[in-house]
Amino acid sequence: MSSNSKRQTKAAVKPKVGVFKFASCDGCQLSLLDAEDELLGVVGAVDIAYFPEASRKMLKGPYDIGLVEGSITTHHDAERIQEVRRKCRTLITIGACATAGGIQALRNWKDVDEFIRVVYAAPQFISTLKLSTPIAEHVPVDFELRGCPINKYQLIELITATLAGRKPNIPTYSVCMECKRKANVCIAVARGRACLGPVTQAGCGALCPSYDRGCYGCFGPMETPNTAALTSQFRILGQSDEQISRAFRSFNAWAWQFRRASEECKRV
Amino acid sequence: MSGRGTRTIKVDTLARVEGEGAIYIKMAGDRVSDVKLRIYEPPRMFEAFLRGRHFSEVPDITARICGICPIAYQMSAVHAIERALGINIDPAVRLLRRLFYCGEWIESHALHIYMLHAPDFLGYQDVIEMAKDHRDVVEKALRLKKIGNRIVQLLGGREIHPISAAVGGFHKTPAKEQLRELVGDLEWSLNASLEAVQWTSTLQFPDFEQDYEFVALRHPDEYPFCEGRLVSNHGLDIDAAEYEDRFAELHVKHSNALHSVIRGRGSYLVGPLARFNLNFEKLPDVARKAAINTGLRPPVKNLFRSIQVRAVELVFACAEALRIIAAYEPPSAPRVEAPNRTGVGQAITEAPRGILYHRYAVNENGLIVTAKIIPPTSQNQRRIEDDLREYAAHLAAWPLDEATWKCEQAVRCYDPCISCATHFLKVVIERE
Repeated sequence: MSSNSKRQTKAAVKPKVGVFKFASCDGCQLSLLDAEDELLGVVGAVDIAYFPEASRKMLKGPYDIGLVEGSITTHHDAERIQEVRRKCRTLITIGACATAGGIQALRNWKDVDEFIRVVYAAPQFISTLKLSTPIAEHVPVDFELRGCPINKYQLIELITATLAGRKPNIPTYSVCMECKRKANVCIAVARGRACLGPVTQAGCGALCPSYDRGCYGCFGPMETPNTAALTSQFRILGQSDEQISRAFRSFNAWAWQFRRASEECKRV
Repeated sequence: MSGRGTRTIKVDTLARVEGEGAIYIKMAGDRVSDVKLRIYEPPRMFEAFLRGRHFSEVPDITARICGICPIAYQMSAVHAIERALGINIDPAVRLLRRLFYCGEWIESHALHIYMLHAPDFLGYQDVIEMAKDHRDVVEKALRLKKIGNRIVQLLGGREIHPISAAVGGFHKTPAKEQLRELVGDLEWSLNASLEAVQWTSTLQFPDFEQDYEFVALRHPDEYPFCEGRLVSNHGLDIDAAEYEDRFAELHVKHSNALHSVIRGRGSYLVGPLARFNLNFEKLPDVARKAAINTGLRPPVKNLFRSIQVRAVELVFACAEALRIIAAYEPPSAPRVEAPNRTGVGQAITEAPRGILYHRYAVNENGLIVTAKIIPPTSQNQRRIEDDLREYAAHLAAWPLDEATWKCEQAVRCYDPCISCATHFLKVVIERE
């Protein structure tokens, strides 16, 4: 009886989690559903109060944890993120769109009106901002989880740590560390391939080098990356400035270290 | 309940779909005066920023259009570019791409059948609620989904935005033994899929049949993935290169996704129902028999039965994966090097939710000059509105909240992928 009532009390205080989407592909929130072995455990530990991709049930805030996917690209979303922030005790951004503006931030170097004309026949129907920007440019963010897509185990670690009130164990070193640990032969040194691994944050498990190709930067800049040294190395490998600039301008193009690197190599 | 007043069926945030959309239906009595599937997913404008990128980057970039069906985006992209550059792929690579697609279909169909769609039939808000009463079903669904993801992971490195697909083949191809390791799981999946066909046939289906124009690929020997002519039950029979001559994209004010129509005819339906009805005889025996045993034969015109058809396609995907693994010999090289030439190429492949069209023009430096992408959900969009117009009229006498749920359910039958079509569903029914 007493253990029963204890269980009920515990159930009653389950932390409320909300999942919010802005401009994105849905892949990062799908990572939660892709954690097939852990999913039923996670939903047992928290109350999924708002997660439209998975449920019709949409409970009002406040939420203990808000997971935010996607970048800000419209006036409406710029207002909506303020409201989401107000409702979430801890706000976590997930994925390259939310933490760096995503691939859609390539518009930031172009004339967005021209982009709209390329895609849409009636441009007057489309309302969008000139820039695609990360969430942290709009509101304070408690933790940024990198990746395009995020690593589902890192997401579970982050949720677990947040619930326990401890610091999450998410490394900020480079992909090179993961390659070494897997005993991969360095494809940049041994095979002369352009690889962003030395400046990219770990998290993917050094996937691309393990599949015979150079890293293309899904997890964004590592802590204090030496992009200038890598740019020189790319030139030695015969890459043109145009190619080097494109390499830095992909899914984390607007992260300032990659952004600066992409602009510097074009200036030379 | 008077049937005469105005009423509005309104769903502001359509749940359990991929992306952001809303439904608005205005009715006077049992007459529907306005229907809008409003897609407010913000535009991301891939076709614009693909210009000036190297063709080798395209499969990595287009994957990011959709986290649920990245392989479809990679497959349409590589086939279109290979056509532009005149590349012929190794037959073993062709088989591996079919296997890759089997993985995505298994993952996506298992997710949709059990986690997004089934709760509607059983009266739950979501799969979490459903798991409390049907834990065994949900655990089976998760295991099925995981096996689909395992195939994708093995061939592509990870389940979301895989990294191995390349123009000309793959960056790396697996060894025979690696594929063999999947056999046990796939045999289990084949059985679980057969059970899914049984299980979905016990659900209650509304009596709602429409006269659709079904559009899907048709291949002379196989149930279609990446090749074949584009055909319909109304006489369409074209190559991918003719697609833009026969189909048009319209831009309507209420949607950030373009509406596709067949020129001169209007809306059409793509996806599992279309594939099943147009390719029934190409299904392997085990899938065809499972369908027939549960009374499912073409033409299936009831949209709600798409959940059953997805289960039949699960059986197909598991059987096909087993067939490919048994026959697999690794290619002599993981990919064919691309020649230095210019060209324009189009390709259509069958994403889990229907045909996906890509066209690229490539210049002498290998850079993309123009790109065109027409996702399955924007092709179904006009048809979804047509269905809602008919279906809301059927529901005129129903209480508003139930009618609203039913309309949402009708939209979910399409497994809409609104991120693809630009993204999330709201339903609004307004009754006079």
